[in-house]
Amino acid sequence: MDPVVTLFAVFSASTLVSALRVITARNPVHAVLYLVLCFFSAACLWLLLQAEFLAIALVLVYVGAVMVLFLFVVMMLDIHIDRLRSGFWRHLPLATLVGVAIALQLWLVLANGHWQFLTPPATDIAKIGNTKALGELTFTEYLLPLQIAGTILLVAIVAAIALTLRRRTDSLHQRPSEQVRVRARDRLTLVHMPAATRASAAPEAQAKET
Amino acid sequence: MVSLSWYLFVGAVLFAISVIGIFLNRKNLIVLLMAIELMLLAVNTNFVAFSHFLGDLHGQVFVFFILTVAAAESAIGLAILVALFRNMNTINVDELDALKG
Repeated sequence: MDPVVTLFAVFSASTLVSALRVITARNPVHAVLYLVLCFFSAACLWLLLQAEFLAIALVLVYVGAVMVLFLFVVMMLDIHIDRLRSGFWRHLPLATLVGVAIALQLWLVLANGHWQFLTPPATDIAKIGNTKALGELTFTEYLLPLQIAGTILLVAIVAAIALTLRRRTDSLHQRPSEQVRVRARDRLTLVHMPAATRASAAPEAQAKET
Repeated sequence: MVSLSWYLFVGAVLFAISVIGIFLNRKNLIVLLMAIELMLLAVNTNFVAFSHFLGDLHGQVFVFFILTVAAAESAIGLAILVALFRNMNTINVDELDALKG
């Protein structure tokens, strides 16, 4: 048996089973961990398709950043799972019907086209590598869309921070600018007080008594 | 040699699973977001498969941009989720009816 076929079977089965576990897991933390496994297996599938750069980007960007963000949020929120899962199995018949219909339609349209017996053409991509070929395309023909994508990410950062930032009124904080600008005479006031005149007489009175 | 239709089959089943997930977990906002991520993954798998079998790299560039937008989308979605939980103390979709007339 062709090793590529074996690998494809293993990775696709792992992708689909973990995707099933994502939507049926009782604990949201488990769901996120299965999502990580699903994305990782999908990245392996992309490696089989010789899309190395995208596979590594999927692992680094998605598994490394977005999934950690999901995990962070899931662990931060205090969720009552039982109430969220009430009526979970009630929608199963309709969901299965819609899901099977969508899968069948997609497969009928996509897989029975004229490209069914398509084999990958021999191009010079294999010679220079997927990353370099993709980079040459991205930084020449797709330069403007790349800049727009960067702007979208910047907008996403600003939006995410603006949404979650809150000014707490009960927290204590320092104002360093005012601390630096302070001068000694603002803090220390010298009050002129006249010397006490009877203070010198007191020791004499004590001496008389003894 | 795995033919193109097998990759398309995996993509279609993955998409269907995520649609089923949206139906099943219609109350849990976090799992809904995860199902949307799975949908994008299925679409991306189709793009990569076609790109490989047609020998055309433009499909992979498209996947690159989809990944960018999906990362931005999930970041903003989770930020909205956190803000929502802070204000309403729930992420149950049924209880989020403050805009209902």
